[in-house]
Amino acid sequence: MEYKLPFKEYNKALRENRLLGLKCDKCGSITCPPKMACQECGSLDLDKVELSGRGKVVSFTTHYIAPMGRENEVPYTVVLVELEEGPWLLGNLIDLNPSKMSMDLLGKEVTASGRVYPGDMFTNGPISRPVFSLAE
Amino acid sequence: MRKVAVLGLGHTKFCFNSPKTQVEMLAEAAIDAITESNLTPRDIQSAHIGNCLGTFCEGQATVSQFACDDIGCSNIPAIRYEGACASGTIAVRDAVMWIASGYYDIVLVGGVEKATAMGTPLATRTFCMGTDSRYEYGAGLTFPGFFALLCRIYSAKYGIPMEKLKTQMAMVSVQSHEYGRKNPYAQIQQEINIDDVLKSMPVCTPLQLQDCCPFSDGAAAAVLCSEEVAKKISNKKPVYITGIGMATSGKMSSQYKYLPRIRARELSVQQAYSMAGIKPDDVDICELHDCFSIASFIAAESLGFFEYGKAPEAWEKGETRIEGKIPINISGGLKSKGHPIGATGVSQVYFITKQLREECVEQGVQVEGAKIGLIDTLGGDGTICNLVLSAD
Repeated sequence: MEYKLPFKEYNKALRENRLLGLKCDKCGSITCPPKMACQECGSLDLDKVELSGRGKVVSFTTHYIAPMGRENEVPYTVVLVELEEGPWLLGNLIDLNPSKMSMDLLGKEVTASGRVYPGDMFTNGPISRPVFSLAE
Repeated sequence: MRKVAVLGLGHTKFCFNSPKTQVEMLAEAAIDAITESNLTPRDIQSAHIGNCLGTFCEGQATVSQFACDDIGCSNIPAIRYEGACASGTIAVRDAVMWIASGYYDIVLVGGVEKATAMGTPLATRTFCMGTDSRYEYGAGLTFPGFFALLCRIYSAKYGIPMEKLKTQMAMVSVQSHEYGRKNPYAQIQQEINIDDVLKSMPVCTPLQLQDCCPFSDGAAAAVLCSEEVAKKISNKKPVYITGIGMATSGKMSSQYKYLPRIRARELSVQQAYSMAGIKPDDVDICELHDCFSIASFIAAESLGFFEYGKAPEAWEKGETRIEGKIPINISGGLKSKGHPIGATGVSQVYFITKQLREECVEQGVQVEGAKIGLIDTLGGDGTICNLVLSAD
């Protein structure tokens, strides 16, 4: 059985600023990032859907250390967002000064777009990642 | 199933920049474990070795095979286990099953790592391989980052203001260093205070350097055998592995319904408790996976020692100290003892066994009358392995 939404397709859509997910035919939940089975009920009966990219900040952390090859990105902020369709999505928080970020950010509304991490000798090519900005 | 005993133990010093290779460190710990068991290498029937990043730090796969051959355990099955930071513990869990089933009578367990040889940037990169490379690494998530995210969720969920939580987290590091200083094998034998933690450099906000365990080199080993063999050859106080558990989960975001709890831990420890026929209250001493200060709170609660959101108060009140309700990480934990990831679980077995044999008196860290010990190790986003050790 093949994935309904493989990494490559999800990755390509995100590069075009479209966030894809999967809707479960059995329980109605949304799974994003994609998996083979529904992350709520385990059903394999899933349909591809486009998500709004809107959500709320659940947590965030600014990295002052970086893995090899990503030193020039420091300081960068990783954020966990609860999407309005339900699932949580990990990405980067951009357009904010890390030194001004506080716990007040939790619950703030954000919107997603896509950005590409070019990859390194260990990745199989570039990886798209969601980047979130505070909603207008 | 047969009862499984822990025989001899071996442990190298955990350190920065070990002059030895992984094979040498593992072989030295292993031969000490075999010798302390009153056995020879030819008595070992198989070897179960935790090692995660051997290929990256030295270009060396199958450290198990070469270390066994070096010490004269020639031609036996020698298996490398990989479960990120839980590699050593899952090797022990598997070895227990081989003996309990009756297939083998005497096996070697061990673990080794040499992360500092990579330098911090490559070590950080390779540790990130324990995250989901498709859906997490693109954003640059690291493990301090993973626990930093959990830290904010913890603060918000249990209503503990960040400033207060940070001070309580600092107490975890302070306690670990106090005890680690008395551990001759510990990597960082240095006392620190709350101020040292709160003034250390930022790593991943809100975590600072002194909230984080170091990169480490080192090895640990033990011989496991059937009860029958142990009774015949051992002159030590017997210690048995009476409970084992393991569970896994997916990437962090797909665990959203449970965070900051790691569901896999609750399932894994329940398996171990139920196999051993005990409850959390029966545990006399625990070594848990304190890769980051906040991780200790999260672990101690899921292991059943404290109510959710109450672990910070427990550290504050000294309930995790030697004389406290549940002594935790009296070895110094990952924070002070060090965290050579493949060796960590086996090192936990080493120190719990020492405690249950009452061999920590001289060091001044013996938990009086300790009969039951619990081990908890976490690898990656959610590979959890637990072991219950018992003095009877």
